[in-house]
Amino acid sequence: MPWIALGVVVVLAIALISVYNALVSKRVACQAAWSQIDVQLKRRYDLVPNLVETVKGYAAHERETLEAVIAARNTAAAAAGMQERAQAENMLTGALRQLFALSEAYPDLKANQNFMQLQEELTSTENRIAFSRQHYNSTSAEYNSAIQKFPNNMIANSFGFRQQEYFQIEEPEHRQPPQVKF
Amino acid sequence: MQPVTFNTLIARNKRNSYLLIAFFMLFFVAFGVLIGEVWGQGDRTFRVGVPVAAGALAFLLTLFSYFGGPSALLGMSNARQIAKSDDPELFNVIEELAIAGGTPMPRVFVIDSPAMNAFATGRNPKHAAVAITAGLRHKLSRDELQGVMAHELCHIRNYDILYSMLMAVLVGTLVMLADVFVRSMYFGGMTGRSRRRNSKGGGGGQIIIVVIALVLAILAPILARIIQMALSRQREYLADAASVDLTRNPQGLASALAKLSGDREILESANRATAPLYIVPPVMRLGHDARNLLSTHPPLKERIDRLMSLTR
Repeated sequence: MPWIALGVVVVLAIALISVYNALVSKRVACQAAWSQIDVQLKRRYDLVPNLVETVKGYAAHERETLEAVIAARNTAAAAAGMQERAQAENMLTGALRQLFALSEAYPDLKANQNFMQLQEELTSTENRIAFSRQHYNSTSAEYNSAIQKFPNNMIANSFGFRQQEYFQIEEPEHRQPPQVKF
Repeated sequence: MQPVTFNTLIARNKRNSYLLIAFFMLFFVAFGVLIGEVWGQGDRTFRVGVPVAAGALAFLLTLFSYFGGPSALLGMSNARQIAKSDDPELFNVIEELAIAGGTPMPRVFVIDSPAMNAFATGRNPKHAAVAITAGLRHKLSRDELQGVMAHELCHIRNYDILYSMLMAVLVGTLVMLADVFVRSMYFGGMTGRSRRRNSKGGGGGQIIIVVIALVLAILAPILARIIQMALSRQREYLADAASVDLTRNPQGLASALAKLSGDREILESANRATAPLYIVPPVMRLGHDARNLLSTHPPLKERIDRLMSLTR
């Protein structure tokens, strides 16, 4: 009889350990996905000064746009809070979009090898940022559903596994219906 | 929902790979037993030794295939590895998708051919490679390239690459060995040692050899078909759907497939063993039964329709 009790205890302990470890690795995956977003944002900060320098050579009098890009980049890089930072990042995305729209008017600039490379790198970086957010959300969804399921939830609750927040799009243009002008 | 689906797919591919390896070894041992019976003439060492040696050979072949198979397939396809500086856009597209899927960056290969095609191979996501023909690379827009590469990365993530690679290499080896055996029967069977050995015991052994040769002659093409059947249509639909799950853009892959369906260029480096790996059935030289290969991949129109239904 004591052997059976011992067996039950051992089986329960093994189950507990394996569930706990599985939850930890899911949480680590979320954290890794989150830091991947930061890596990609940093990549964008590093590309912006280069881009501005290149554009300056061809379109120096588009000062306002160039300054707006630099300002947005610096605010984003210095932003502290989550909310503040997300806002600054969106400003930067908008400013860059404007810069590329403006480059359409300068054929020499568009044909510049360096500019073309930078444009490709920035396009790629925008995609990376979007994809890393998407990946963060899907790993978070996996983790969140794992800690809510029975019996995982008992272990999650007693060891302080918290719900991971999802990344949400704050860009106003995604919220409002598109405006059509005639 | 999703992760469960992926995990079941991965588990299924791994299980199928183990079954394939088991079947491969069993086939070798059985073949060894047959040879031992036919040529052993009651010699015990020979009758036991041959199956054991065949089993050991199968084990070695499996080991070589597992580690060297992907390189062999890439080499067979005339693919050459490129660095990021050779094609930054292609690398960017793949790196983006690797981030989206949370998978490691595969090695990138280019096949210098005007034909339009691509495939992925490797033993696991950490040791994987994607190959794309120069023709396809230069005819696709960025979005289309993204769709195609996402399809390939999904084959990698699902471990489709492991199963299809082992299938191509191991069953390809069997087909080749069967061919060699059958041919040696035709040419060597009449004059070889079997005849001298059998001269005392009459024609019994001779008949068995002929039967084996016949069985193998029938078996070889069937095995080749198995490669195609096993890498079924379902895998392609799944990789298409998973690719959209990564890119969130069904149009990219759909319009790439539309372009691929118009391709009439012959892909010289494709063969019966490697054909099922490609994203669309490669066009091969006449006489290489390209028509039968269509069965491994669903018709492109059907694939495009399924993709477009995702946008609605």
